[in-house]
Amino acid sequence: MSAAGRRAPLLETAAAWLLALLWLSPLLYAFWAAFHPAEYATRFDLLAPLSVGNFAKAWTYAPFARHFVNTVMLVTMILSAQLVLCTLAGYAFARFDFAGRDIAFGFVLVQLLIMPEVLIVENYRIMSRLGLVDTILGIGLPYMASAFGIFLLRQTFKTVPRELEDAARVEGCSFLGVLWRVYVPLARPTYLAYGLVSVSYHWNNFLWPLIITNTVETRPLTVGLAIFGAPESGVDWGVISAGTIMAVAPLLVAFLLFQRQFMQSFMQAGIK
Amino acid sequence: MKHVYGWLLLTPAAILLVGFTHYPAAATLFDSLFSTGTVVRPSRFVGLDNYAALTDDPIFWQVLGNNFWFALGTIPTSIALALLMALWVNDRLPARALVRMAYFTPTVLPMIAVANIWLFFYTPQIGLLDQIGAFFTVPSRNWLGDPDTALACTMAMVIWKEAGFFMIFYLAALQSLPPELEEAAKLEGASRWYFFRRVTFPLLMPTTLFVMVNATINSFKLVDHLFILTKGGPDNASSLLLYYIYQVAFSFFDTAYASTLTVVLLVLLAGLAVAQFQLVEKRVHYR
Amino acid sequence: MRSLFALLLAALLAAAVPAHAATEITFYYPIAVGGPLTKVIDGLARDFEKEHPGIKVNPIYAGNYDDARIKALAALKAGQPAQISVLYSIDLYELLEQDVILPWDDIAATADDRAWLKAFYPSLMMNGIYKGKVYGIPFQRSTIVMYWNKDAFKEAGLDPEKAPANWNEMAQMAAKLVKKDASGNVQRWGVMVPSTGYPYWMFQAFARQNGHDLMNPEGNRTNYAHPDVIAALQYWRDLGAKHKVMPEGTVEWGTLRQAFTEGKTAMMWHTTGNLTAVKDTAKFPFGVAMLPASKQRGSPTGGGNFYIFKKTTPEERKASLAFVKWMTTPERAADWSIATGYVAVRPEAYETPKLKQYAAGFPQAVVARDQFKFATAELSTFQTGRVRKLLDDAIQASLTGQKTPDAALKAAQAEAERLLKPYR
Repeated sequence: MSAAGRRAPLLETAAAWLLALLWLSPLLYAFWAAFHPAEYATRFDLLAPLSVGNFAKAWTYAPFARHFVNTVMLVTMILSAQLVLCTLAGYAFARFDFAGRDIAFGFVLVQLLIMPEVLIVENYRIMSRLGLVDTILGIGLPYMASAFGIFLLRQTFKTVPRELEDAARVEGCSFLGVLWRVYVPLARPTYLAYGLVSVSYHWNNFLWPLIITNTVETRPLTVGLAIFGAPESGVDWGVISAGTIMAVAPLLVAFLLFQRQFMQSFMQAGIK
Repeated sequence: MKHVYGWLLLTPAAILLVGFTHYPAAATLFDSLFSTGTVVRPSRFVGLDNYAALTDDPIFWQVLGNNFWFALGTIPTSIALALLMALWVNDRLPARALVRMAYFTPTVLPMIAVANIWLFFYTPQIGLLDQIGAFFTVPSRNWLGDPDTALACTMAMVIWKEAGFFMIFYLAALQSLPPELEEAAKLEGASRWYFFRRVTFPLLMPTTLFVMVNATINSFKLVDHLFILTKGGPDNASSLLLYYIYQVAFSFFDTAYASTLTVVLLVLLAGLAVAQFQLVEKRVHYR
Repeated sequence: MRSLFALLLAALLAAAVPAHAATEITFYYPIAVGGPLTKVIDGLARDFEKEHPGIKVNPIYAGNYDDARIKALAALKAGQPAQISVLYSIDLYELLEQDVILPWDDIAATADDRAWLKAFYPSLMMNGIYKGKVYGIPFQRSTIVMYWNKDAFKEAGLDPEKAPANWNEMAQMAAKLVKKDASGNVQRWGVMVPSTGYPYWMFQAFARQNGHDLMNPEGNRTNYAHPDVIAALQYWRDLGAKHKVMPEGTVEWGTLRQAFTEGKTAMMWHTTGNLTAVKDTAKFPFGVAMLPASKQRGSPTGGGNFYIFKKTTPEERKASLAFVKWMTTPERAADWSIATGYVAVRPEAYETPKLKQYAAGFPQAVVARDQFKFATAELSTFQTGRVRKLLDDAIQASLTGQKTPDAALKAAQAEAERLLKPYR
């Protein structure tokens, strides 16, 4: 942290705390509504009885277990593919001076701007033709070649000193061997950073999964939550909050436990 | 040899990128020149008819305007807040870690999950805002049901979601600033504000550029909350371009018109990104 | 002797059960009311399979009505199986235009089948019939009813057992029911009618009560700009703007029930689908009444019908018919109504002892049924998504004061005309 950090003045401290409270309020409300019976969803009576009935109800209304499994499969699949594909591509851009490289890199960067969500109409049609509508692969495929990942890894690989690579070559490594033995280990922090960013993003992604999934067998948590939360008879905040907490709990717990790593990852990613 | 190797390594990623970014973008442009086909009336070439219909569509203009205000409302605000948060958290604030966590938490929550909670906040009379208002005898307001406030309410939610995310980038940048600069400024008796304005902020320009481009893209991409909060209402007052595209494509099944709208969105995104790069590039101070 | 009998029985069974694999039917359905209804549907599917070995039923929960339509059509396009689906009653024209559904008349072969087609409430069949053929079998249907807070009525000096019977009464009674606090802020409104979610549905009630339907049975013409219709929207607007008994701006569908049970409004117009939820959460005695009349009583019907798709084999069609007939027997219709709050779709259901007993203890449950004779079809035309959105936007524009009802509806009608002319 900043060595020159001063003790912040009182007014600023108060303001910072107030903002923090404000920022936490939706989550705080979710906990309130989830753990109290329906009548107290809008009434903040501090002596109100606690109950877990909402969780029981939410659990029966929507198949959270299944959604949870789907989401885990989805983010795992996407991340694994991204790690492989982006490593290969990043390596190519960093260390191979091939014809058309800069133009290709420009094309890659386009995806930073034009993400699959924006092209929902056309991507849906493509998935339809590939027969991948309503499959988990269908949700993940457009995201597997990530421009952000390629960009990050290219930057990281570029900082690896050439001597290390030469040394490995002298020992008889092929190009891929060098990649595996030299570059990948040195890029570990980047992989961790990227991994956390990717998992966060895809765990919370909504629009594209909404469009491409039809049934419970494939829906991730976000879509399940949206469908579960919008019936014709209106909103039941206790149950919805319970469902919400169940859906965000894994990521939230992971975040609380690994706060430092989470933030370091995002920071690292940003610097590059 | 290196050419072959280079392209070979790139190929798997390239296939997917072309397949799901470049090809669809081109195909969207192509589709916008045809009419939507149904079983009883097959698709046919109509040239620029869809674009003509676009200019005649009052909802399109409304939605475009909304997106413009939305971008204007959320980008500077979330960036300013992010910077403020980063500055605060960088100082020796009591309970700093807790405050930092509080600011960053919205980032790990899915938009769609918190939209329902924000719906409660904005509900007239029984919602949190009005309950607090009632305490101060402020009359109840129909926040989401009043076209004058609906868009602003969605903006507030998005700022809440984004500011913490951007804060992290500023934090990283702040921490990489050499502490000697501040020492020197203190020695010379420069005020905090002066130091910030003349030293810190310019040095943070690369981060600001990065965050600005991100925020711009997000302001067009983030429509999840609309599904729960307002569904674009009242009377399209809070609708955004991508949400309208979704409605046209999946509620009206008018895929040709949806493609036309998408082309507009793509052009906007590309244009804004290029403009921002060029504008800010001049002022970026690289070390 | 016993073993011979057993052998005979086995032989008979072997002959009766078809030798080939079981026929499988998949159907998409939406849930529009809260509750663990997926379990109920799954249970019904299992019960059906027990009584009909050889048919396997695969229910897929699809979300709300829009989701169900999108998902079912997407599945069909992608070549995934779906034989029947419960879809919005008003999706009829869209489905016809996509050419994916079959009339039930073509499959109803026996006299018993044909009698079954006629066993439903006529007003519920209105949305399902096109050119004389039945495409939609009613399953989860509703109407709008008026809920009122009896304690609030007593407090305001009104007879707690009498709901307003016409528009004037409603405006006057609502004015008495408005409660303000010391600084003049409204604590309780007189009446609230939701204008998000399904504004056109609520508006259909107003229009019908003022004597006019919003579209023709062929689905190719709308009447948004008829003077009676404009007057109906004006009345809705006046409730908020002139009589000040309703909040101005749009009233949120999803949170209205809470507002009612929290006592923030003395009366509300809402779907019967909310009945069970209100019964469970309201801490005061409440009444349910038919909507008030202007020139007549009226309410649109709502909800989902069973449709059968064209891409089905003859076995699948027979199996589907058997399933849908089974789901709509009087007993099952009664069960479904009690579990969900939807209206039972056929008159005989109300004669079953179960429903008679339920209605005796909870008379609010039959108000929707009594309103059927005044019911009208839900708004449905070709290009239905767009045509409906035009009306929704016009309603919201009027209620928020952005446009006058006259201007808003005339503009919507002009646009709807443009969309529907090619279909005439």
